[in-house]
Amino acid sequence: MKHRLSSYLRQLEAESIHIMREVVAEFRNPVMLYSIGKDSAVMLHLAMKAFYPAKPPFPLLHVDTTWKFREMIAFRDREAQRLGVDLMVHTNEQGKREGMSPITHGSALYTDVMKTEALKQAFAAHGFDAAFGGARRDEEKSRAKERVFSFRNAAHNWDPKRQRPELWHLANTKVKPGESMRVFPLSNWTELDVWTYIYLENIPVVPLYFADKRPVVERGGTLIMVDDERLPLDPGETPEMAKVRFRTLGCYPLTGAIRSDATTVPEIIDELIASRHSERQGRVIDHDQTGSMEKKKQEGYF
Amino acid sequence: MPQLSVVGGKKESASDRLAARIAAEEDRGLLRFLTCGSVDDGKSTLIGRLLYDSALVLEDQLLSMERDSKRPNATQGGEIDLSLLVDGLQAEREQGITIDVAYRYFSTPRRKFIVADTPGHVQYTRNMATGASNCDFGVLLVDARQGVLTQTRRHACILSLLGIRKVAVAVNKMDLIDFDQARFEAIAEEFAEFARPLGFELITSIPCSALRGDNVTSPSPHMHWYHGPTLLAHLETVDVSHRVTNAPFRFPVQWVNRPHLDFRGYAGTVASGSIKTGDEVVIHPSGKHVHVARIVTADGDLERAEEGDAVTLTFAEEVDASRGDVIAAAMPETAPSVSDQIAAKVIWFDEEAMLPGRAYTIKCGSQATTATISALKYKLNVDSLDHVAGKTLELNEVGLCNISLARPLVFDPYGDNAETGSFILIDRFTNATVAAGMIEFGLRRATNVQWQELFIDKSARATLKGQKPCVLWFTRLSGSGKSTIANTLEKRLHALGRHTYMLDGDNVRHGLNKDLGFTDADRVENIRRVAEAARLFVDAGLIVMVSFISPFRSERRMARELVGEGEFIEIFVDTPLEVCEARDPKGLYRKARAGLIRNFTGIDSSYEPPEQAELALSTSNTSPEPWSRCWSTSSGVATSSSQNLQALGRAGMAFPGGIFVPGGGDGGVGVDAVDAGMIQHFPVIGEGELVGGLGVTLFRQACEQTPCRGELTFAEQHLGALV
Repeated sequence: MKHRLSSYLRQLEAESIHIMREVVAEFRNPVMLYSIGKDSAVMLHLAMKAFYPAKPPFPLLHVDTTWKFREMIAFRDREAQRLGVDLMVHTNEQGKREGMSPITHGSALYTDVMKTEALKQAFAAHGFDAAFGGARRDEEKSRAKERVFSFRNAAHNWDPKRQRPELWHLANTKVKPGESMRVFPLSNWTELDVWTYIYLENIPVVPLYFADKRPVVERGGTLIMVDDERLPLDPGETPEMAKVRFRTLGCYPLTGAIRSDATTVPEIIDELIASRHSERQGRVIDHDQTGSMEKKKQEGYF
Repeated sequence: MPQLSVVGGKKESASDRLAARIAAEEDRGLLRFLTCGSVDDGKSTLIGRLLYDSALVLEDQLLSMERDSKRPNATQGGEIDLSLLVDGLQAEREQGITIDVAYRYFSTPRRKFIVADTPGHVQYTRNMATGASNCDFGVLLVDARQGVLTQTRRHACILSLLGIRKVAVAVNKMDLIDFDQARFEAIAEEFAEFARPLGFELITSIPCSALRGDNVTSPSPHMHWYHGPTLLAHLETVDVSHRVTNAPFRFPVQWVNRPHLDFRGYAGTVASGSIKTGDEVVIHPSGKHVHVARIVTADGDLERAEEGDAVTLTFAEEVDASRGDVIAAAMPETAPSVSDQIAAKVIWFDEEAMLPGRAYTIKCGSQATTATISALKYKLNVDSLDHVAGKTLELNEVGLCNISLARPLVFDPYGDNAETGSFILIDRFTNATVAAGMIEFGLRRATNVQWQELFIDKSARATLKGQKPCVLWFTRLSGSGKSTIANTLEKRLHALGRHTYMLDGDNVRHGLNKDLGFTDADRVENIRRVAEAARLFVDAGLIVMVSFISPFRSERRMARELVGEGEFIEIFVDTPLEVCEARDPKGLYRKARAGLIRNFTGIDSSYEPPEQAELALSTSNTSPEPWSRCWSTSSGVATSSSQNLQALGRAGMAFPGGIFVPGGGDGGVGVDAVDAGMIQHFPVIGEGELVGGLGVTLFRQACEQTPCRGELTFAEQHLGALV
């Protein structure tokens, strides 16, 4: 069942649709980075609306690190089929052959090879000149500084000191060959906006967002789900079945679960409002260096 | 004060609570505001304070802030540094400054807020403008110890230019001046005085301390003398509703949606007004009339779409429209302007200065074309708000420009519609966004009126007469010598076989304008009629001399823009008031001083000197500084005094337009001055060659090609080419 959107959410929706149409009109070969999470779900839902009755005139790209939750992959394929959109999956094959893993190589190197490098490979292989990402400004301090249309040089680097001025709703979409644009249609959405919209628009999300009994181990205060046999257990460490859910989804060894009883979107929202922790706190990769998100972004991470 | 407190009792379900929250949100307005002001005035700390006091800082953010506050380069000496909540870039945290705008989202039970924290450093002004462009309200911070600084004024100017009508002046760091009431009031007064010409509807001054929390979210215990609202209370209640309910419909076509042969829709966002199915609309610039068949959305067709809605329109008629077209209501009186010449306020963002004549890409809504700055009419001095002349705009400078476009643009004045009246300029080589602009008006007003096609045009008539038609517009006070010079010139031109006509202020008031008085409004109409008459004479192929006081810049500008590029030559007869009054050939100054004549220019009605006259003439040899009013180096200057010429040389003034030495004076002074080494490489022109000094562009080119050293005959060679 669909509900009526508040006028504020209608504004956010229209703004995102406007951004997407601008990209399709101005760029030669755009792509939508689809990370399977709730933000991607909203972004894809908005893309279906923006070009209706046409399908989104660009493919989705999932950069598969091979360490995603199994439920995420199943959901990804189900959604692509349900919506009839073109889904591309790219993995850094060399990294995969070398057995890159967040466990043995550390989160920083692993993320660089399996996410950032992989993304650059996909750009080079397909010649994309623009890529949509589902990042929001309320997620993290350096993201709060980023433009909706964020320019990347030929090395995919972001230069936070020289961002293009972005006035009114006018975007400078000019890029030279090899350069590209990262575009964030959800820039002005907050986590609460996203969940409220998911609820009102009845958008399917990965079941991992809802509380259920799952096998987890506690490491350094973070609950890690044992999603498959690749997660080495320390001596004496036994997975505990706990009622947990995820606020954010990434690679399972790098994504912390929270103990929760929220099994519906309204319950998630209740929990969110009561919560005293910010959303990305469960992400290990944000904390491995000071200013680490900015560093990753400068190097080409989304 | 947790904003998102759970509503209702325990028995309700989570979805009931959510429904109640959504309903409550509907009643809560949204305020988009920015914080700006000079560097180190405490903008980021203020936002940090707002978030912190509103209990919106989450536990892990707080921990990371506390950790970073203790780092060796922390700017608050180990005390908690609230600015770290918003300064998200590494370079910002290291230097303790804000480089780029940060957006924060928070809400209180009364309002939702989107706040843009903008940088104070002058080199990041473009980022401040970025933040301000989508805001309804500005919080301008002032350091109580520093008072109003240049950067405070610059930001106030930009807020005003971008159309923000209400501001709060947060006088911050009151704790550092012992909460001194007198100091606060002095700052508030100084700002109000400065900002008067900027036309803000509301300026609210609030004394506060972002660091200590005084008057930010709760009233200060240290300032009992202050009875106004706290900053947050003001943000929660200030009325910024500006939406014009009956604004004309505008819909820039963003993308043409053609999934199959049976569907052709035009996707875009309604920029203003509203539309219903069945409405007649016009597609600009083609001017085709069509009817809206459907308003398509993924959630079903709509009956009506209004401002802000992203929809797809289909039309009942077969029609060809594309990205860049603007669909507007079919009401001629509210139609958008279509012009390839516009006047616009421009803020320059690039390290490389604006170059008149260089081609840039202009993007206005979904339209893009090539634009050239044809003239910088003036620059704004942000300290004094004076209009000053200039050739270029440097980084962060603001000016009014005439811009010509490779093809016509569909637009509205920015004051009427920010969406269809704003643009950016993009460097075609570096792809940098070099400027933002706000359109004032189109320069070819005639584009709004249908023209009767004529077979014989201006150039045909001019060719028959063997001359280049133009307007020589003499302006300045009564008694300055305008008519005398114009008469001499006309005699001379007539002798040369030119076809001329003279429009004299006094004479025209006996006929065409005899129904007009001397109020400002009547003066404007007086000039409008004369300018139109001059335009007709130019169209007829004549050289028209206009000798009018014409005291206001805007009307002279209007007259200039009625005729083509290079056809309007403004001559500023720069005679000081004292000299005019001493001459008083018609006895008018005496009458005005006696109070017998009201609204007399120079006495009780103002005269706005030109900023870029093609020629400035001084008919006085008593004025101590005859060049002091020659703003533009493209102007010629004229003088009859060798003393003045020598002074000019000493001052190193360059007047490539030439120096005119009237026959009535000492014809040899120019040569003397050049010989004396006072002035070098400037042509000195005799009276007969005055005309040669008028066609500035041609004359400057000639100067560049000729090593001229005061040759009195120089201009004679070029006379034929000019008129």
